[in-house]
Amino acid sequence: MAAHAIFFYFFSIVAVISAIMVTVSKNTVHSVFFLILDFISISCLFIMIGAEFLGMIMLIVYVGAVAVLFLFVVMMLNVAQQQNQWFNSKENSGHIPIGLIISTIIFFELIIVVGGWKYKPELSKQNNTQLSNEISNTHSLGQVLYTDYIHVFQISGMILLVAMIGAIVLTFRQRAGVKTQSYINQISRERSEGIEVLEVPSNIGVKIDD
Amino acid sequence: MTEIGLGHYLTLGAVIFSIGVIGIFLNRKNIIVILMSIELILLAVNINLVSFSIYLDDLTGQVFTLFILTVAAAEAAIGLAIIVVYYRNAGTIRVEEIDKLKG
Repeated sequence: MAAHAIFFYFFSIVAVISAIMVTVSKNTVHSVFFLILDFISISCLFIMIGAEFLGMIMLIVYVGAVAVLFLFVVMMLNVAQQQNQWFNSKENSGHIPIGLIISTIIFFELIIVVGGWKYKPELSKQNNTQLSNEISNTHSLGQVLYTDYIHVFQISGMILLVAMIGAIVLTFRQRAGVKTQSYINQISRERSEGIEVLEVPSNIGVKIDD
Repeated sequence: MTEIGLGHYLTLGAVIFSIGVIGIFLNRKNIIVILMSIELILLAVNINLVSFSIYLDDLTGQVFTLFILTVAAAEAAIGLAIIVVYYRNAGTIRVEEIDKLKG
């Protein structure tokens, strides 16, 4: 149990410090790196408490896809020299006390919820999908994901499809002056547009393409 | 102190959620850091769902964490696409200079 506590405190301290560094880091690229560190430590926590499948999926989806996407956009948009300066900006600092107050209120509300949970133990009696120790976490997730939650699963697939189409439509740009092949023009071309039959007088000839 | 219970994980989730909210409110420079703060908030929600799922012996929390992961990935893709389009049109993504809506 002590090892569990040591690992929990190590990973959670790393996660909290890197979350702070995401918001206060001056360089956007460093923010992305700290975001990656945060996701890795949280997925280690997930694996530690027994949700192995979600921990691995977090690694693949966030570190492998989302963080690389962020890095890619940071690289494309050339914002690396736009420093993040909310600590030392003189003007426009009216948001800082309000933001601090609101986030402290949110934090204490969440802590109150955690405290209130301790006094309602009967809420934990409503089980419908039991975790079992015989089969692995991935196995049990797969048993319910494609049977009980198949509609939600399909809807999440639709969400991904819509997001993909939306991202393509948003960033698609048609450049002028690029020659492309138009199939409909090629297919709908008729004989009368293509060739012309001319009477050629002898010794005079015809001029074409004038 | 050495007994790690549900409260520890919920407190960690609360701390990360609050850091994400602070990041949204206090960021004065570019929008990408705001999107990263939103990712932090969704991560805190995932921590809460997974820890409840483990400590209540109920698999539903993990299933919904999977769907939150899906929605977070879609949201990041759409948000970054909007940022790219805005940068292409306006030439900046600094928070102070994005004032078309006079907000």
